[in-house]
Amino acid sequence: MKAVWSITKKELMQYFSSPIAYIVVAIFVLLSGFFFYSLIWWFNSQAIQMAQNPYYSQQVNINQMVFAPLFHNLSIIMLLMLPLLSMRLFSEEKKMGTEELLFTSPVSVTQIILGKYLASLLILLLMLLLSAIPTIFTFVYGNPEPLPYLLGYLGLFLLGAAFLGLGLFWSSLTENQIVSAVLTFGTLLLFWVLSWVGYSARGLWQDVLNYLSFFEHFDGLTRGILDTSDLVYYLSFAFLGLFLTHSTIQSRRWR
Amino acid sequence: MIETQGLTKKYGDLVAIKNLSFKVEKGKIWGLLGPNAAGKTTTMRILTGYLPATEGKAIVAGYDVFEQPDEVKKVIGYLPETVPLYPDLTVEAYLGFVAEIKRVPASRKKAAVDRAVEITGLQPVRKRLIKNISRGYKQRVGIAQALIHNPQVIILDEPTIGLDPKQIVEIRQLIKSLKGEHTIILSTHILAEVKEVCDGVVIINEGQLRASGYLDELAKSYSQNDGVYLKLNRLDQETLNLFRQISGLKKAEIEGPEIKLEWSWDTDLRPQVLRLCLDKGLVVKEMRPLAADIEDLYLRIVSGGMEQ
Repeated sequence: MKAVWSITKKELMQYFSSPIAYIVVAIFVLLSGFFFYSLIWWFNSQAIQMAQNPYYSQQVNINQMVFAPLFHNLSIIMLLMLPLLSMRLFSEEKKMGTEELLFTSPVSVTQIILGKYLASLLILLLMLLLSAIPTIFTFVYGNPEPLPYLLGYLGLFLLGAAFLGLGLFWSSLTENQIVSAVLTFGTLLLFWVLSWVGYSARGLWQDVLNYLSFFEHFDGLTRGILDTSDLVYYLSFAFLGLFLTHSTIQSRRWR
Repeated sequence: MIETQGLTKKYGDLVAIKNLSFKVEKGKIWGLLGPNAAGKTTTMRILTGYLPATEGKAIVAGYDVFEQPDEVKKVIGYLPETVPLYPDLTVEAYLGFVAEIKRVPASRKKAAVDRAVEITGLQPVRKRLIKNISRGYKQRVGIAQALIHNPQVIILDEPTIGLDPKQIVEIRQLIKSLKGEHTIILSTHILAEVKEVCDGVVIINEGQLRASGYLDELAKSYSQNDGVYLKLNRLDQETLNLFRQISGLKKAEIEGPEIKLEWSWDTDLRPQVLRLCLDKGLVVKEMRPLAADIEDLYLRIVSGGMEQ
């Protein structure tokens, strides 16, 4: 575990000694703030109108009207931005020749992968925590349901963890960071659009395509429904990314 | 300390090294010599556990590289050809990280960094970002990371490549200062480096071992005779005839501005030669050994004229 933490610390130092982490975190927080502000603005105007009608006033729900769309927006921003975090993880080591240092040190490939992955997860966590700061005020001035809110953030974290696992894998395949980011982005988009194809498919295909889509599993969490199959899906996806990374590195060295 | 037995590495159909066997004794500096693409880097990568061999065995400090890679990695310090640096870290942060992954205990980490910084003369740049220091300092940082855990074995892949003459001298001095406490293998194709720094060499070409041993032993086996080149105040047949009277002398001839004297390897006629010069009033301007130079040796071995 000490070796994993050493790698994590090194990755974090690298993230924060270059502009990449600051830019990704800042843009994410800025965009999330903008979306939150827009949604709250829209929610206020809707709530004022709906309050005049006793029937509609029952349906004013900040979780459904602000947080659910906010989480969906954030998930799309993550799809665009997380490949920028994961692209350097192994590509840079290959390009700089530093993987020779790592692989000739008494640390295992698994420890190296986990250390790098953990660092990217910590940046993701930082992004989500910072983006959550403005939303906390809704609890001060209103009464949203905490469970869907917390599950929404858990969903975002799991979604990000899956994205980063996939990004880690692509970065282990190439020494070009742009190629790594584009491949990650392309794959994530593919999994995103699977649900669209799923809508027009029928029978088993529809089930399979919907199951594979990132965002189908995300919906339940934003509505406050904790389904273990969704958790298993995201964790399996992240694990698959790490496993493929491990296999890629080992196969390259033993070729 | 280091031993390889029948080491072979194939990349698909390409044979990078073939049946390579050699030994390096403890505390010695050994040069791995060969032209470009001879298999030097592949050999080093196998010894450090970075690459697996296709066949054969490698033992480092008593550990089998393939059976006990973690043990081997703990006792080896390695400077790859491309110095493995993180430009965005400071020298100190980088060395601290390397100390951690080389399993230096936390309580000794600071001392290990201080020691590596001191040995390699990095004090002036220890707080600076690696991307902002000179090429020579970067090379020193590379050597410092190889030393950080005070390894028994140090493997340096072309440690002086790309440096200016002053930096080359400094790095060679540094490597020589590590002798005794550490066993060192360094790869190079600079013959002067081998002559100055190494006790012995392994010469490889096209992935195959061409010669291996102590420099003086190789030179002896290369040449049948020992002898000297003499530059005197006189250069004529009469002087040559004077030397021919020395018992045991096999050959005396004029070669350019010098007289070349040869005798058998098992004798040393230098005292007799000098005494004769004194007795006959000959002024010795210069005397240099005839022994085969590493340049001659290398060129003959690599061009396939000789196998040991």
